Amino acid sequence: MYGYYLDLAWRSLRRTPILTGLMVLAIALGIGASMTTLTVLHVLSGDPLPGRSDTLYYPQIDPRDSQGFVPGKTEPMEQVTWIDGMNLLQAKRADRQALMTGGSVAIQQDNSTLDPFFEDARYTTADFFPMFGVPFRFGHGWDAAADEAHARVAVISSPLNDKVFGGADSTGQTVRLAGAAFRVVGVIGDWNPNPHFYDLNRKNYAEDEGVYVPLSASQDVGMDHEGSTDCWGNGGGGRTPDHNAPCVWLQFWTQLDSPAKAAAYRQFLVHYSEQQKALGRFQRSPNVRLRNVMQWLDYNHVVPDDVRLQTGLAFGFLLVCLVNTVGLMLAKFMRRSAELGVRRALGASRRALFAQLLMESGVVGLIGGVGGLLLALAGLWLVRMQPASYASLAHLDPAMLLTTLLLALGASVLAGLLPAWRACQVTPALQLKSN
Amino acid sequence: MDIRPILSTLQRHKVTAALLILEVALTCAIVCNAVFLIGQRLQRVNLPSGVAEHELVQVQLGHIGPVPDAKAQTATDLAALREIPGVRHVTPVFQLPLNPGGSSNFGVMLAPDQQQPTVIATQYMGGSELVTTLGLRLVAGRDFQADEYVDLDTALAALHRGDLKGLPQTVIVTRALAERLWPGETALGKTMYLGKAIPFRVVGVVASLARPDQLEKGEQYSTIWPIRLSAADGASYVLRCAAPDRAGVLKAAVARLKQLNPNRVVLVQRTYDEGRRAFFANDRAMAGILVGVIAALLVVTALGIVGLASFWVGQRRRTIGVRRALGATRGDILRYFQTENFLLATFGIALGMLLAYGINLFLMSHYELPRLPAIYFPTGALALWLLGQLAVLGPALRAANVPPVVATRSV
Repeated sequence: MYGYYLDLAWRSLRRTPILTGLMVLAIALGIGASMTTLTVLHVLSGDPLPGRSDTLYYPQIDPRDSQGFVPGKTEPMEQVTWIDGMNLLQAKRADRQALMTGGSVAIQQDNSTLDPFFEDARYTTADFFPMFGVPFRFGHGWDAAADEAHARVAVISSPLNDKVFGGADSTGQTVRLAGAAFRVVGVIGDWNPNPHFYDLNRKNYAEDEGVYVPLSASQDVGMDHEGSTDCWGNGGGGRTPDHNAPCVWLQFWTQLDSPAKAAAYRQFLVHYSEQQKALGRFQRSPNVRLRNVMQWLDYNHVVPDDVRLQTGLAFGFLLVCLVNTVGLMLAKFMRRSAELGVRRALGASRRALFAQLLMESGVVGLIGGVGGLLLALAGLWLVRMQPASYASLAHLDPAMLLTTLLLALGASVLAGLLPAWRACQVTPALQLKSN
Repeated sequence: MDIRPILSTLQRHKVTAALLILEVALTCAIVCNAVFLIGQRLQRVNLPSGVAEHELVQVQLGHIGPVPDAKAQTATDLAALREIPGVRHVTPVFQLPLNPGGSSNFGVMLAPDQQQPTVIATQYMGGSELVTTLGLRLVAGRDFQADEYVDLDTALAALHRGDLKGLPQTVIVTRALAERLWPGETALGKTMYLGKAIPFRVVGVVASLARPDQLEKGEQYSTIWPIRLSAADGASYVLRCAAPDRAGVLKAAVARLKQLNPNRVVLVQRTYDEGRRAFFANDRAMAGILVGVIAALLVVTALGIVGLASFWVGQRRRTIGVRRALGATRGDILRYFQTENFLLATFGIALGMLLAYGINLFLMSHYELPRLPAIYFPTGALALWLLGQLAVLGPALRAANVPPVVATRSV
């Protein structure tokens, strides 16, 4: 039965190639545009560390002086000072914790044909690797003892390992960073969380840090800090702020394995703030936040406004395309009132006619959907040519592929419902008579 | 032309007519807002920077390891760069207007005990030739004098000691900032405060100098400070030369700097114009996407009108034939379909205006956009009327060519 309807639909569509072409084109364009933008939105608002992100928390405290403080309204600072970072790190109240900041180091290898170059770097304490679940291709991270000892050890990314060591196991080799010798202890495997949640002061997407060294050693060598520095009072920057300066420039991350622990940690932050206020370091009443990864990304509006705007625009376009298709489909079905009248007169039920017409719109939707999929692939290719930092991430994943096809089919069946229903209302006698 | 018969015909095609009206309305609403967004982007892209844009090149170097003799190195670099043929002025800078690379900003206060800053301004500093190198135009007061300059490290050390004497005492502001801080008064001699009541006296006002980024905080709220930077501070060298010499000067400057001290890496080498283009690349891309969407929308809507009109013409062939046989001219038939389309478009446009206004309100609350200017409404209406008439012309002409004899034939 459905095979027969399919055959009928195909014949009918072939009889009006231009109209059919218009409908397919409209659906394909609408689906293509909306799936392109939806995929970009999906990629950009994704979870950077699935399975881990709900146990990772970003503590925020407020060490500023009382100037401009509105209790209950002022958000605490988005990074921590050196002193607070070190205090929280040494308190060890979380399951894991790491203090870190971003930078950029010159790499110059002895006896190498490679010209010196700069690489984005992360200066961090040891828990960074186990806390974020960083996979290693060779070797491993360093331990807390190495932080204590200001050890000159480094972990490098696979692309940097390929560039400097030709992809071989480089653990134990020496890499010259900012003019000082560091021993490679590990090479990271395929790991590139997007968004770059743990430090949103650099590129939010597709940030590719190549070098990780202990925070303590980075300060000994005088490696440059890069990212945001926010000072208050009479604090003044310079690239790497003085460790006593009233400036925040470090990120502190914690792992808290249960909600109870998170609540306890929040309480600890309040206590810490009160204690610092009693000591005279803080002037504000405790102003703390403890956001997990997704809350932190949300708070920072990481997904660019332009991407949301484009998605809205594309769905507006899809709506116009659908209205257009409904109109054309209706025109097409109504034109066949005579034929439908004959079929009704010969005994076909309304249901049968309805099913037949829906089949026809379904076929249009399917072809349009496939066309839309191709257009979405082309659209994503175009997005990757764009200058935005997230451009390289725009790829279709299986979930979005399925969504595309479902959206296309759903949209066109939906678009076929009204015309099919209208066309089924024909009165057989009237149609036969008028001809 | 009498529109009553047209309306009564449309009454019998309520659903189809409603769909067409809806399509025109949606298109009208989206196109109005998209054109408005394009205008906003282009306005951003064309913002004045205040500097001699086509005469500047920038070189930024990264040092491998600490730089022990940074000040001497900077002095040597600057002297060598000045000797390059074609170079008129050279200065180190931290930041350039409307260029990528971050910015340094601070809260400006008008009284020593003020709690919330009046504005967040940006901070330009470099060296004694900053104003001349960038080609800024002083409209009041003067440039800094030699004895007003302080080295950055000296200033930071003084700041940490709490010694206000070791800090620079004077500042140059833009006209826009002066106007914001002291409306209707002269800014010269006025004092503004930073941090914990550190005073700075305004000695000069420049016509225009945009900030590097964060334009939403006031695109022209910039200040210039008498602070000297050295090679270790992460500054760039900016050279001013005649526009046609830029490529040559850039190449010569990079070669000379590498020769002076090979132990450093060139991080940035570009003309000011290239930096500015990179800064606005996203806005340009977005404007391009919006143009594409508008074109696609108009094409889809036009094709939709063509499709429906063709269908109606086909359906009414007999009626048209009868009308022709009863004496209607080709022009009458043509005008009938044109008027019908005009009516549908008008309904669509009226609905579209409301929608456009609604979408604009939504965008205003979510994306910090201004209100849609009223001029967009008549322009949008005109555009869609025109689109409708163009789209219906083909089918209407075909209708006009239906011969009267059709009336006598049975289909």
